[in-house]
Amino acid sequence: MTDLPLTKNIDMSRAPFDIGQYRQAQGYDAVLQMFKDMAPSDVLEMVKNSGLKGRGGAGFPTGLKWSFVPSGDDAPKTKYLVVNADEMEPGTFKDRLLLEGDPHLLLEGMLIAAYTIQANTAYIFLRGEYLRAEKLLREAIAQAHEQGLLGKNIQGSGFDLEIILHTSAGRYICGEETALLNALEGKRANPRAKPPFPQVSGLWGKPTIVNNVETLCNLPGILRYGVDWYKALGKGGDAGTKLCGVSGRVNNPGCWELALGTPIRELLEDKAGGMCAGYKLRGFLPGGGSTDFLLPEHLDLTLDYDVIGKAGSRLATGTMIVLDDQTCPVGMVGNLMRFFSHESCGWCTPCRDGLPWIDEIFQRLEKGGGRAEDLQILTDHLEYLGPGRTFCALAPGAMAPLGSALRHFREDFDAHIHSGGCPWRK
Amino acid sequence: MTTSTIIASSAPKVQARTLSPEETHEIDHELTLYPDRRAVGLEALKIVQKHQGWVSDESLVAVAEYLGMSAHELDGVATFFNLIFRQPVGRNVMLFCDSVSCYIMGCERIKDHISARLGIDYGETTADGEFTLLPVPCLGDCDRAPVMLMAGEQYRNLTKEKIDALLTRVQQEQTNK
Repeated sequence: MTDLPLTKNIDMSRAPFDIGQYRQAQGYDAVLQMFKDMAPSDVLEMVKNSGLKGRGGAGFPTGLKWSFVPSGDDAPKTKYLVVNADEMEPGTFKDRLLLEGDPHLLLEGMLIAAYTIQANTAYIFLRGEYLRAEKLLREAIAQAHEQGLLGKNIQGSGFDLEIILHTSAGRYICGEETALLNALEGKRANPRAKPPFPQVSGLWGKPTIVNNVETLCNLPGILRYGVDWYKALGKGGDAGTKLCGVSGRVNNPGCWELALGTPIRELLEDKAGGMCAGYKLRGFLPGGGSTDFLLPEHLDLTLDYDVIGKAGSRLATGTMIVLDDQTCPVGMVGNLMRFFSHESCGWCTPCRDGLPWIDEIFQRLEKGGGRAEDLQILTDHLEYLGPGRTFCALAPGAMAPLGSALRHFREDFDAHIHSGGCPWRK
Repeated sequence: MTTSTIIASSAPKVQARTLSPEETHEIDHELTLYPDRRAVGLEALKIVQKHQGWVSDESLVAVAEYLGMSAHELDGVATFFNLIFRQPVGRNVMLFCDSVSCYIMGCERIKDHISARLGIDYGETTADGEFTLLPVPCLGDCDRAPVMLMAGEQYRNLTKEKIDALLTRVQQEQTNK
């Protein structure tokens, strides 16, 4: 038993476990046991009962997502599993830890997921800049093949799986699962209309599950130690552990595996060592660039999907970006707006035209051309680019830091207009 | 407006380059991994770029012909992705992270220092063809910000001094060649 199922094998000061070391640490045991004792429907039931939620950002229950895939004799024979390893959310650096720290854990999780939905081909969609992860994954896939853990009739189970590594070439929108599927098919990565959902009609029109790296890495532990163990890992309402990171002006920035339900204060003060000398905490984005700002008064909230949700933000990727008292909040949000504006795929008008407009206003605020009506225009965009107004979640995600910054740091916006530019630069 | 017609009739037709045996060999391997030839488009462009440094019109047409798709469709893919270069780039492409954690940790000052030292802004290449500077979305190394990726190496916790040492080393290596 372990209370750190995601990171127990990880030590970034050495190379990750090869397949021999991984198996010595009971790796792939869960899969071998699964082939022996469990039907795909048993695994699905177990994952549903575990309460695992997707760790990519949206937090959708994994078992429920899988249950929409057609199964049984009438189901299409070709199905796909796709791993979303296109980590590009600003301030997010958690999947890198798993990919570089324990690649076999991901492959084992993929075997479990693919077996459950009966997919015989799986693609890992890896961002092109993750070169070390690419090398390590290629090695791990080759090792798993050599030991008969991938390929035809794996360990005499009758189940076949090939894992193919696809490296992308840099576009944030590929993290949106239907855009990712278009990219895998060799098209421009514009999101698709839903429905149909990928579970029914995904890659090349076949039933497809897209899961985040960290989500899949939870599976070996659940199968090996069971649902009760997994639920007991969480200290609050959510089951399991979560990779949580902190970046910004803190003493010990990094990424750790924490029980869900851990107070945010513990992450910031114990793990990240608190604010650097001379810096005070003004606010933070709890789960990457697409989340609403929380304030110092929220530090005693726990890292739980619902708790953070009730406070008006999202746990999302679990990687927190710290705003200190010597960084301009308007500059920080302007940086995010520039990012989202650049990464808009251009498919739908509100996002394609709205985000550059916002970006332009932020540049004006910065340089001294800010006008009083600009803040109203920004506020109007919160609605124009809000949920339901755009084709996918990119622009609504961008509105999260913008809207919360306008609420919490209004005086800083006003100061940019009144003092003719960014007062922090003077 | 008949702009597109004018361009189509007056622009000379681009002749495909002959893909090298290495390029076709690698593209053929990718073709075994996907059920559809056009799915290999991005991988094929990356292969060509690895060998040629960038994707010229002649390369683009060659890949499109090889995969049996229109050059325009493939160019739509090529221009969509940040890391496919449709113009020549320097020997060392500096992918400089300008996202939020790096911003908080002062990447703008580092970027200004690089620009001042090399005389290039984002999207530009030094006259000697040594360096191209490009912004890149979050490199996922935020606990070691500011960061940059160059020639397959990730450089972390960047300072002006580290940049100076790195640029001097690369420039010296080039002189010694």
